[in-house]
Amino acid sequence: MSDTHEELGFWRTYVFSTDHKTIGIQYGITALVFLLFGFTLMMMMRWQLAYPGQPIPLIGGLLGESSVDQGAMLPNFYNQLGAMHGTIMVFMGVVPLAVGAFGNFVVPLQVGAVDMAFPRLNMMSYQAFFLGGLVMLSSFFLPGGAASSGWTSYAPLAVTATTGQTFWLIGMIFLIASSLLGALNFIVTILHLRAPGLTFFRLPFFVWSQLVTAFLLLLAFPPLQAAAIFQLMDRLAGTSFFLPTGLVVGGEPLAAVGGGSPLLWQHLFWFLAHPEVYVLILPGMGIVAEVIANNTRKPLWGYRPMVYASLFLGFMSFGVWAHHMYMTGMGTTMSTFFQITTMIISIPSVIILTCLAISLWGGSIRFTVPMLFALAFLPMFGIGGLTGLPLGLAAPDAHLHDTYYVIGHFHYVVAPGTIFAMFAGIYYWYPKATGRELNVSLGKMHFWLSLIFMNGVFMPMMFEGMAGVSRRLFDPTIYEHGAAVHGLTMMSSWSAWCLALAQIPFIINFFMSMRKEERAEENPWKATTLEWATPTPPPHGNFTEPPVVYSGPYEYSVPGAPNDFSPQHVKRES
Amino acid sequence: MNEPQYGWWLPPDVSVHGAEVDFIIIAIHWFMLVLFVGWGGFIAYCLVRFRERPGHTATYELIEAKWNRWLEIGVAAAEAVVLVAFAVPVWATIKNDLPEPKQDPLTVRVVAEQFKWLFHYPGKDGTFGRTAPEFYSDDNPAGLDDDDEAGWDDITVRGLRFPVGRPVIARLTSKDAIHSFKLPVMRLTQDAVPGMEITVWFEATDTGEFQVACAQLCGLGHYEMKADLIIQSQEDFQKWLDEEHEALGLDE
Repeated sequence: MSDTHEELGFWRTYVFSTDHKTIGIQYGITALVFLLFGFTLMMMMRWQLAYPGQPIPLIGGLLGESSVDQGAMLPNFYNQLGAMHGTIMVFMGVVPLAVGAFGNFVVPLQVGAVDMAFPRLNMMSYQAFFLGGLVMLSSFFLPGGAASSGWTSYAPLAVTATTGQTFWLIGMIFLIASSLLGALNFIVTILHLRAPGLTFFRLPFFVWSQLVTAFLLLLAFPPLQAAAIFQLMDRLAGTSFFLPTGLVVGGEPLAAVGGGSPLLWQHLFWFLAHPEVYVLILPGMGIVAEVIANNTRKPLWGYRPMVYASLFLGFMSFGVWAHHMYMTGMGTTMSTFFQITTMIISIPSVIILTCLAISLWGGSIRFTVPMLFALAFLPMFGIGGLTGLPLGLAAPDAHLHDTYYVIGHFHYVVAPGTIFAMFAGIYYWYPKATGRELNVSLGKMHFWLSLIFMNGVFMPMMFEGMAGVSRRLFDPTIYEHGAAVHGLTMMSSWSAWCLALAQIPFIINFFMSMRKEERAEENPWKATTLEWATPTPPPHGNFTEPPVVYSGPYEYSVPGAPNDFSPQHVKRES
Repeated sequence: MNEPQYGWWLPPDVSVHGAEVDFIIIAIHWFMLVLFVGWGGFIAYCLVRFRERPGHTATYELIEAKWNRWLEIGVAAAEAVVLVAFAVPVWATIKNDLPEPKQDPLTVRVVAEQFKWLFHYPGKDGTFGRTAPEFYSDDNPAGLDDDDEAGWDDITVRGLRFPVGRPVIARLTSKDAIHSFKLPVMRLTQDAVPGMEITVWFEATDTGEFQVACAQLCGLGHYEMKADLIIQSQEDFQKWLDEEHEALGLDE
């Protein structure tokens, strides 16, 4: 390892770094900025929904004439905000944070490696992500604005949309390339760079979750990459992969050869986008498992069933995609197949959640800030999972399909679900990454306010969906059933703005704590896994001496041990 | 005819299969509530009983729990029952069991375009005229071929009307983007996909005036792509048909 200790200049240390920890932090900061930006887009949409046609306060006057009319939002701008909110949150926010940031920073440390298997590939993965993000953001400045056909970009609407859609597709090609490079790197790192003694069943559950996630990304993204290129060719090269014969748009026959299928795009899209749901959730479950084991001070209950369940979840996630498409004209045979696989895939999630809940039994539970977020994850993800049941069955879906019920459902999975898990991870690993402790009072304030307002945003949507109100409507009140739920819409909107205010303590805490004099301990949470065996913050090359592993990942409160935690790298007398 | 009441829960239901859909929705939500309360109660109990406090330590040994196995089997069994006994049969009724000719169904073509609905009735002869994209124009939104006599008595309107108590078969297609034909009061959603013709059926149990919504993002006017949905008595519907025929100037 001596050759890794050469002094590197500013650019190689902070910008073009090949160190997994720096890349992880780059991913983390970029993703958090994108998350905040995606959230801002949504807050503008919430204004239009709560006060249709009224000028947007503060920023209404700053937006261009193609977006607002005397400060009030135009439908085309609303559609752009909707499409870009979804795209940014999923592909530029949560996945880069869950995989790029936490995966990069934590996985090599937890497996006892000096770096990722391919450090230069890792740097390239971040650069592709950053470029893809820039392309997406720049599309707002195009004539006609950004993509406006939903984050799903269904053809033929997306094929005939303005130039923003071309940028969206090019941006996606970069983002997908970034994920594929990262996925390869994770798989090789986890399979080949584990420390001596670190067998598969001694891996922390977080590493397992990243391994399954990497396989999902590797196998599910190429079809969407191909589909994005097909759609790009439909737009630019006159092909008709997704255009049927005889299209008449705006009264004019479309100059396209035809013969393609709009539903082909949906199949290719959802073949990625359903496994993508598990890409969004598995790393979150991994973080929650780490934090729960550490804060109950006892081993996880059902570690092996959880590993098997996540492997099964990963495998099954490739067989449920068409449950997003029950309303495309699917008959009984096909829908029965996808209803059965959808019901089956709920079982491993139930197993993982139940194991995490039983893990609390017999513990000595510390209510630290990461633990609060991890505990809140359980019921919040629970609501998200349970509300998937009626949507997974075609008959109730006939009423609930594409309503606010769907929006409520998947946001419960991803927002108070995954994003709470991400916060748990930030509060948990911040002392290791920065060498400073976060303020506990600000952390608790952030947690309680976020918990209240998250539910304030998404619970009303369940009822709006029950009432049959469709998503993606610029102004739902033009329908009778939409006007009837306007009170719920107002509640959602005000909660969303308050949720934004609730993030201020976090932002202050995040930056102010870095400037603290006092340094964090090397192992402030008294944890067992290998990342805590490094100096704080870990230097280039990570470990002062190569670690050897002697025990499982969660050896807490071992009878007869000197402490209530027995680190993996410390040999025990037995 | 009653004034429809909309609120924060399921909208009024005036369809023959709506009651079954609502039953599944309500039953699943009770199931969800029981699971959530039981499972959340367990977590809350653990948080209180096993909180960190002086004199309390964690136990290294894991409890022997059998009930989680039963919980998982129970969830799987409940899902299987809902699936086999309710969800699949109801879907098969909605999608596959089209009304037979002896039930005298009314057939309507539904043509979606940015951002309006068109409803095409076959007229007195019960046969739709030939349609093709090259005939689309402002005066002829359905694209009827003037050379086809079967189309001369066809009625094309912007609002959907049908009689109560008679099955309706809708044949859906779209001119441009994917739209979705949503009738909240009939518990029905069906995409209208360009290049495809998709058939659904429904039957009303009550008269009333409601709305047809578009439930698939189809462009900047998507939000205002609504149409009237008028369910009439058989006599009123017949009267409307006669008036439309008269307006076409085809009577006698």
